[in-house]
Amino acid sequence: MKRLILILALLASPALAVNPSEVLDDPALEARARELSQELRCVVCRGENIDESNASIAHDLRLLVRERLLAGDSDTEVIDFVVERYGEYVLMKPTTQGANILLWWAGPMMLLMALIGGGVYLRRRSRSPDGDAELSPEEQSRLDKILTE
Amino acid sequence: MIIEIGHFALILALGVAVVQMIVPLVGAHKGWGSWMAVAAPAATLQFLLVATAFAALTYAFVTSDFSVRLVTLNSHSLKPMLYKVAGVWGNHEGSMLLWVQIVALFGAMAAWFGGGLPPRLKARVLAVQSSIGVAFLAFILFTSNPFLRLAMPPFDGQDLNPLLQDPGLAFHPPFLYLGYVGLSMAFSFAVAALIEGRVDAAWARWVRPWTLAAWISLTIGIGLGSWWAYYELGWGGFWFWDPVENASFMPWLLAAALLHSAIVVEKRESLKSWTILLAILAFGFSLIGTFLVRSGVITSVHAFASDPERGVFILLILAVFTGGALMLYAARAGAMEARGVFGMVSRESGLVLNNILLAVSAIVVFIGTIWPLVAELFFDRKLSVGAPFFEAAFTPFMVVLALVLPIGAMLPWKRARLGRVVRQLVPAAILAVAVAALVWAIQSEKTALGPIGVLLGTWLIAGSFTDVLGRTGRGAIMGRLGRLTRLPRGDWGKTVAHAGLGITIIGISGILAWQVEDIRVTQVNEPFSVAGYEITLQAVRREEGPNYFSTTADMIVKKDGALVANLHPEKRTYPVAGMPTTEAAIAGGFLRDIYLVIGDPQEDGGWAVRTFIKPLANWIWTGTIIMALGGLISLSDRRYRVAAGATRARARSQAEGVPAE
Repeated sequence: MKRLILILALLASPALAVNPSEVLDDPALEARARELSQELRCVVCRGENIDESNASIAHDLRLLVRERLLAGDSDTEVIDFVVERYGEYVLMKPTTQGANILLWWAGPMMLLMALIGGGVYLRRRSRSPDGDAELSPEEQSRLDKILTE
Repeated sequence: MIIEIGHFALILALGVAVVQMIVPLVGAHKGWGSWMAVAAPAATLQFLLVATAFAALTYAFVTSDFSVRLVTLNSHSLKPMLYKVAGVWGNHEGSMLLWVQIVALFGAMAAWFGGGLPPRLKARVLAVQSSIGVAFLAFILFTSNPFLRLAMPPFDGQDLNPLLQDPGLAFHPPFLYLGYVGLSMAFSFAVAALIEGRVDAAWARWVRPWTLAAWISLTIGIGLGSWWAYYELGWGGFWFWDPVENASFMPWLLAAALLHSAIVVEKRESLKSWTILLAILAFGFSLIGTFLVRSGVITSVHAFASDPERGVFILLILAVFTGGALMLYAARAGAMEARGVFGMVSRESGLVLNNILLAVSAIVVFIGTIWPLVAELFFDRKLSVGAPFFEAAFTPFMVVLALVLPIGAMLPWKRARLGRVVRQLVPAAILAVAVAALVWAIQSEKTALGPIGVLLGTWLIAGSFTDVLGRTGRGAIMGRLGRLTRLPRGDWGKTVAHAGLGITIIGISGILAWQVEDIRVTQVNEPFSVAGYEITLQAVRREEGPNYFSTTADMIVKKDGALVANLHPEKRTYPVAGMPTTEAAIAGGFLRDIYLVIGDPQEDGGWAVRTFIKPLANWIWTGTIIMALGGLISLSDRRYRVAAGATRARARSQAEGVPAE
């Protein structure tokens, strides 16, 4: 019984993401396939790309990418081919179209704003009269008390 | 019986927490000493009650009491003891109990060691801390009760997710939670200060150790998680920009910013309102992290709860605490006037730049993490934001940070001359460029990433040591070295932590730039070579573990005929959970890891084998440990103990000298 469970479990579980049988003979083409695989998301997985995933759909997608490459597609053609069938969801790197422009520009814009804000703050700090010299009456009396002790 | 005691203790803890939340706050407002004095014993009692509940749940897991629903769902009688214990927090309900346990622990520690705090501030801090306890205790009792019984207990449990049955991961959640919840202390101090309307150097001196402790725990927790991913997931990735990883990374970045801005408050009485805001945001991001993980809004390996009710509850907690604190901030921040005056070029301005880079980079991570949600809600687009986005949008911040860090760290307070500091750093810059050029020359594949990372890392390490040497003054080299040992621990902590960051940067760029990978079918006893190593699969055995079956390969790695390592990669199957895991075999080294994974048997009798040569992999976690160590050294600085002692003495003399109101 145990052996049976073991065998079943083994059959059900390809432990490697990219299997040797998938690898293309042409190393240049294979390298491109690997690069592209890292840009594509395994649609049933949790945030894994198809290069890392063990899921069967990732396996199918890896084969699809290699098929398109063998057929002579360029990198963008392969990506467009997959996006057309599975939607924008498969792209690990979101496009810059539409509202995504906000996503891409948020960082640089906020940095600019923060730098301006920080600069204004620093200018004000460096110009304001020396606050260290002024003590409030309360502080002055405490200081006097300490000095006379 | 013990389970019911635990359940009852948890309910009592909620009651105590409610009292601790209200009574001291009223006391502090009215100036009633006896009401304020309730806070400290209540904090201790709350801690003991939650500890009782936690012990009861641990007992249920250790004795495999399958009449408890949670134990049935997450444990198994054959599971090794370590994982029975780790199973307590390896699930939603238990992990929330651990969370509350740590909230109560920090509250109690503030009560035990906060003797020197002004009584009014102490009462308010403990009350705010307790309000966090109230929220999460109610969350546990009303939506995620770990003590529910089953009417029909089964004979055995359903086992813990096998991926989580690992020593690295057993201790990953406790450290992360210590970090998240440690930031609650900074939050409580910030809110208490807002209520008080007063922030001064003494306040910063109290907040900084708590933030430092939280940051150290987060560093260790994140490091453990990343190390686990590296050896457990079977292809040696160490960071995935997964929503849950980001959930821990954002508080880490903000805690790092807070640590640095609190220095300015402590030494120069400036940046006060910004520091308060950071303290609120840092804990706010801890809560957002909890929300993302626990609500299952963004699914991930970590999200064991995908329950809308829980999600709404946590969202409510998030809204009340962050929103409430921010409103209080808006009303009161104006009262925090800054006093220190400093020039455009000064340590202060360096730390402002540090805060800008860290805070904006944290927000970039945040936007990337929630963007899929925003796009779906508002633009009706289903899309993904993966590693390529974060690599492009986040990395530049770290590059700039690494470039300016050694200069900013050496600028004197108040008014500095840039030229003077830059002149001192010339040797470090020359060293960094020389090492990078050397690396460029010897690398076989010409990538820019590797040498740039090495350049930045060397610059950070050399810059840190230039800084610490510069503090020993002038004179004979022996005398200066002697003075090194007498520098304050805070200076050493800074040097060590910054150098640790440099080591981690070198490790990350090394592994990304120069990794070699090989996938092939190999026959038994037919050697193959990868990047100069000769690797042989000698045999494949079937083994049986306590709660799993394993396919174990015996492999040897040689270089130039000499044996480098005997490695045993495994493939495990956990029949109860019905899940396979890969156990990679790794020969670690100073300059590279050899990483072997055994795959499936092939039709022709061979085996699929995946080989990676991962250069400088160990540097990533070594750097992380060194960063945490730097934090610990800094935490042990005598100025915290002396300062604490001094305020305590003053409080005592006041208590004796001034008659009670």
